[in-house]
Amino acid sequence: MSRASRVAVAGSTIIAGIGQTEFSKYSGRSELQLAAEAACSAIADAGMTPADIDGMVTFTLDTNDELLLMRSLGIPELRYWSRTPHGGAGAHTTIQHAALAVHGGAAKAVLVYRAFNERSGRRFGQPNARVTPPGWNWYLPFGLDTPAKTYSLGFQRYMFRYGLTNEDFGRYAVVARRHAATNPNAWFHDRPITLDDHQSSRWIVEPILRLLDCCQESDGGVAMIVTSADRAPDLPNRAVRVAAVADAHINEGNVMFNYYHGDLAEFPEAQALGRQLYEQAGLGPDDIDAAMLYENFSPVVFLQLEALGFCGPGEAAAFIAEGNIDLTGKLPVNTHGGLLGEAYIHGLNNILEGVRQIRGTAANQLSNPETIMVAGGHSGLILQPAS
Amino acid sequence: MTRVIPPNVEPDDEYFWDGVKQHRLLLQACAACGTLRHPPVPMCGRCHATDWGVQDAEGTGYVHSWIISRHPSEPDDQARVVVLVELTEGLRIVANLIDVPFDQVRNEMPVEVCFREIDGVLLPQFRARSGEGFTPPGRPT
Repeated sequence: MSRASRVAVAGSTIIAGIGQTEFSKYSGRSELQLAAEAACSAIADAGMTPADIDGMVTFTLDTNDELLLMRSLGIPELRYWSRTPHGGAGAHTTIQHAALAVHGGAAKAVLVYRAFNERSGRRFGQPNARVTPPGWNWYLPFGLDTPAKTYSLGFQRYMFRYGLTNEDFGRYAVVARRHAATNPNAWFHDRPITLDDHQSSRWIVEPILRLLDCCQESDGGVAMIVTSADRAPDLPNRAVRVAAVADAHINEGNVMFNYYHGDLAEFPEAQALGRQLYEQAGLGPDDIDAAMLYENFSPVVFLQLEALGFCGPGEAAAFIAEGNIDLTGKLPVNTHGGLLGEAYIHGLNNILEGVRQIRGTAANQLSNPETIMVAGGHSGLILQPAS
Repeated sequence: MTRVIPPNVEPDDEYFWDGVKQHRLLLQACAACGTLRHPPVPMCGRCHATDWGVQDAEGTGYVHSWIISRHPSEPDDQARVVVLVELTEGLRIVANLIDVPFDQVRNEMPVEVCFREIDGVLLPQFRARSGEGFTPPGRPT
């Protein structure tokens, strides 16, 4: 595919509607119901009816069957579906699949969704009890039985390389919780933390992560509608253009166990992602007004800030400490509180915040942002106003 | 005590666990071009040969990164150090570091493989390499 046509795929599609349930620790209803409720509000937000939806994209890890969701919503006919692998690493890939389907004519309007009871049901943060997926024999018998541990084995090398301590990560957590504190949609609304709170929270993986470095386990559902940019003028709410969307994976790379590429203090997938996104949109890091950066754990923000070119290698700690990611900073990050502060809906809620910022409807609204990056290391996108 | 989740041996890694039973740390080696691979894959990414053999690792290397692993909700469960070892052959492997106090674990410390039965499961483990006169490099400031 030529460079020009890649750009066209991205620029020709919009996020027309967003929807979600409340984010909680106990939804009290099925995951399918959460998906259906989120989808309903996204369809309504796009000014559409279920009859307008003819495509669906979700995560391979999502338990909600497309056909049951289709019945729940009353969608008469579906022409396209797909799923994206590797959990949060593929969060933004959902938009890529949807945009490609719309651009290629496979579907006219694609429902992207993710819904789970990840706190009241199967908790992602709890240890695996047995080896099941292929390849985990190299890790589980040695004790790498939770995401916090598997990721920390990489983060530790980053800390060693640049002489960081857990307190450096705490400065990000404080910012995320401050942003969440003024976001009524956030689980941690009105509950900011201090660096002392962070430093006195218990170790989850010593000496890398404390409790307040970890994303939440959450119940909830989110959904979006992706359609063609030429429909933007007809929509009831402001449409948001997908100015760039990309996936980035490298040989010897991994998601949960990213231990085998050259320098673990770098995030080469995110570097490749940044190159693709900037090339597609014809932009550079200085053009980004704000960024929503996936953080299952706080160090991922540091690695992404450096890999995506917002600061130099090893500079993220100072970049954050100097206030650059605050609401009034050079690059506000995770204005909704991120996955630490708002909720962990597998990263898809970060895209909703990007849409809200462009629309001008965010709780912590920035002043007319024109260009928002939403990234999760291995996948990401750039959002701009549709008109 | 330390609780070990036993490996669920698969066709592509059976050689490794068979080697562990004999106290050998085996690396997959392409039969055509000799490229070493860990973790293994059934085809050589360089030459596409599906024939492969095994090579005994020297069993030495350096701690590339490490964590202290504790059970998140059962504090009586004994902690252990998980290490990512950069082997002398240039490949990396995850295992545990034993017989080193937690506060003396350092990046780049030289280690060597040994084999221990833990919670009924025989596993490759690493210990500080003897006779190396290792001086911990300390964290850069």
